[in-house]
Amino acid sequence: MTLFFQQVVSGVATGAIYASLALALVLIYRSTHIVNFAQGEMAMFSAFIAWQFTQWGWPVWGAIAITLVISFVGGCAIERVVIRPVEGKSVLAIVIVTLGLLLILNQAAGWIWDSIIKAFPSPFPTGSVDIGDVRISYYEIGVIAVVMVSVTALFLLFQKTKIGLAMRAAAANPESSRLVGIDVGRMLMLGWGLAAVLGAISGVMVAPELFLSPNMMVSVQIYAFAAATLGGFDSPVGAVVGGLVVGVAENLAGTYIGFIGSDLKIAVPLIIIFGVLMVKPTGLFGRPVVARV
Amino acid sequence: MSFLSVEGLVAGYGPARVLHGIDFAVEQGQTVVILGANGAGKTTTLRALTGMTKNSGAVTFDGVDITTAKTDAIVRMGVAHVPQGRGTFADQTVDENLRLGAYTRRDAEVRADLARMYDLFPRLHERRTQDAGSLSGGEQQMLAIARAIMLQPRLLLLDEPSLGLAPIIVKELFRTLVELKEISGVTVLLVEQNANLALEIADHAYVLEAGEIATSGPAAAIQADEGVRRAYLGY
Repeated sequence: MTLFFQQVVSGVATGAIYASLALALVLIYRSTHIVNFAQGEMAMFSAFIAWQFTQWGWPVWGAIAITLVISFVGGCAIERVVIRPVEGKSVLAIVIVTLGLLLILNQAAGWIWDSIIKAFPSPFPTGSVDIGDVRISYYEIGVIAVVMVSVTALFLLFQKTKIGLAMRAAAANPESSRLVGIDVGRMLMLGWGLAAVLGAISGVMVAPELFLSPNMMVSVQIYAFAAATLGGFDSPVGAVVGGLVVGVAENLAGTYIGFIGSDLKIAVPLIIIFGVLMVKPTGLFGRPVVARV
Repeated sequence: MSFLSVEGLVAGYGPARVLHGIDFAVEQGQTVVILGANGAGKTTTLRALTGMTKNSGAVTFDGVDITTAKTDAIVRMGVAHVPQGRGTFADQTVDENLRLGAYTRRDAEVRADLARMYDLFPRLHERRTQDAGSLSGGEQQMLAIARAIMLQPRLLLLDEPSLGLAPIIVKELFRTLVELKEISGVTVLLVEQNANLALEIADHAYVLEAGEIATSGPAAAIQADEGVRRAYLGY
């Protein structure tokens, strides 16, 4: 039983990371109906920026803070420069653009920082606390806390502020939003900025564990896709729940299902994606889109 | 120059031209109605005024050329447009819809105006925490108009507010419109198929046919002119 709880706790911690990346995907999908395949690479790039600041002597938290700001601006810039020209174009065009962005960021990171794996300093102290027989590291507690705070902040932003209301309105009904004077384009841009911040959080949280490399977010992105699919691509709550479920499921499957072990863990999200699409394509919290024909 | 002046307005969607150069004017404080059959270009006229179509010609509002301005910029100048089909935010609550109406405002009066709207539309107050999508057609139209008023507009554009509503609700709606106008003094440009009712509350009327102004005049004169009524308004 100890092993079980141990695996659940560390599953929740990694799940929290998947949740924040999944939330970034959902944020962009809700506002622009774009599945951003480059979300993971944007997060990776942010993690490298944070690492660069630590190399220049910044304390870890300071480096993370400045990285979040840079990521916000970068996310806004990507929307304006790369995404806006293809907005409203065919799905294929948009998919190709985000895939292109993925390749560019991946290659650029390798070119700027080379492909040698780097250690990323943990923003949390080493060590752990024991609750009963279950050992929880400060890193795990810290990750869960950081993601909880950022999800709560995001929730408050969307539910309690005027700009949040305008962002929700712009996503749900762009034409009516323009008619109340909302600059819809600017709201979409802010959405991309916020998504980049969430992604950056997942990047810097996962980096101490996975180490830094241009490909570090590839598997995290697959887990985040599984989380978003499971929760429903248009549901922020779903993204968080989905992230936690995927994190825990992955750990438990790796522990208890013999042939999966740690090598086949990556199959877990793919099975989840497949299963959800077969049984309930809108996900747990998603709403079916009803189109008039 | 008139409060809203439109000269040689040509508008349409893509290659399709709907308006073939129309002229009209709205004076401050007036209620002006544009009448016409389906497909005459009434909705397109309003959409052109708020930058939702491709336009050429000259549209000036309060002395500023807005012919090709962006929708949200025109709205920020104080032009509220209640589109056909109402354009409420179905996923947002009634309260959020009204607060979105006041999006462009920075003054402290928003809260007081919200209370005023709820006084004027008690049914909206009852349903303020419900999603707008769950309201009846009449309630949604009330909400759409209330939302537009929350903008504190100087010019209110209404696109067939009577569409799809039961006659008794339409009467109530027009009564409320007159009341609103008395309170706020807003200038109204109304587009309607329900000519009889619209002419009663309007000062001036234009009749649109196939993208051109067929005739115009004081509302009372149009209403009294049997020839015009038979030819264009069908009653």
